Amino acid sequence: MNQLQNFTKGLLKENPILVLVLGTCPALATTSSALNGMGMGVATTFVLIGSNVVISFLARLIPDKVRIPAFIVVIASFVTVVDLVMQAYVPDLYKTLGIFIPLIVVNCIVLGRAEAFASKNTVWSSFIDGLGMGLGFTIALGILGAFREIAGSGAILGYKFIPGDGILVFILAPGAFIALGYMIALVNKIRKT
Amino acid sequence: MEYILIIISAIIVNNVVLAQFLGVCPFLGVSNKVSTSLGMSAAVTFVMVLATIVTYLIQVYVLAPLGISFMQTITFILVIASLVQMVEIILKKISQPLYQALGIFLPLITTNCAVLGVAILVIKKDYNLLEGVVYSAATAIGFGLALVILAGIREQFDLLDIPKGMRGVPISLVTAGILALAFMGFTGIVK
Repeated sequence: MNQLQNFTKGLLKENPILVLVLGTCPALATTSSALNGMGMGVATTFVLIGSNVVISFLARLIPDKVRIPAFIVVIASFVTVVDLVMQAYVPDLYKTLGIFIPLIVVNCIVLGRAEAFASKNTVWSSFIDGLGMGLGFTIALGILGAFREIAGSGAILGYKFIPGDGILVFILAPGAFIALGYMIALVNKIRKT
Repeated sequence: MEYILIIISAIIVNNVVLAQFLGVCPFLGVSNKVSTSLGMSAAVTFVMVLATIVTYLIQVYVLAPLGISFMQTITFILVIASLVQMVEIILKKISQPLYQALGIFLPLITTNCAVLGVAILVIKKDYNLLEGVVYSAATAIGFGLALVILAGIREQFDLLDIPKGMRGVPISLVTAGILALAFMGFTGIVK
């Protein structure tokens, strides 16, 4: 597989949210606006790239039996870095995302890529894989967030262009489930035809 | 009274899955049948309460006095992972029937973000140990409630003619959304 294919598979063919349906918790919880969704996406992408690179370096040194705990320690270290950096430089976004920053540790995408890809491939292709998967995740969260923001408050990135209140339910919890459900159905339809 | 408020709030008003979006993966993954979802809820309740007690004690007696609270994420996830492993080994030795009922769900629980989420929330909300235990048990019951309701609905899906693209995950998500709408009716009972 060449590097271009390796990069683009995360965007649509193996998109973590829309096709593999991994990491749905942050996808539902942080997409009340496009900006929040993309902020979460960027934070996850950073962790994904960092852990993929380090794990592909260390894979040969780690005994097979303790590999999962070892992977988790690497991932948790990167999550702690992201947590502290965001707390210092983007305190508003940090407050909105709240508990979902430390919870990147248990995001199935990150451990999934470490186990399925990074532990068996070279450093460079693991980097590309992390970047592609992270971008696919960010784009999916951005689209979902943009849709919920437009439908829910008639605004995009905080700029209001539809007067009135909007359909409030799309910003609240039920709207998240319903919007993601129809988004996945749409992708299913496109992929199979 | 305080405890009753915590219980009602955690089970129905701020339901862990439908209002806080924690543990959505197992919520979608094991809600095919009512019987498996009951087993999963029992295993989650057990691990969640145990994990809350252990992580609370570690936070109060190790991390806080040493001033290394930033190690919280790493420590908690390692504690939970080893705890799950330990529970699995002990169950296998002492109670074969219980192991067969809960055993297959245990490895899945490490990656259930509700367990780590509740452990962190208990620290964030400044609960004491007893409040933390009550809160985590109630949260787990709320998780079980949502899981069993969804499983009950999903069992009926076999009888329906669902459009092709909607089959599987999408229809479950839309159903969960409608469930969340119903649970929103409880908002305002408890602050």
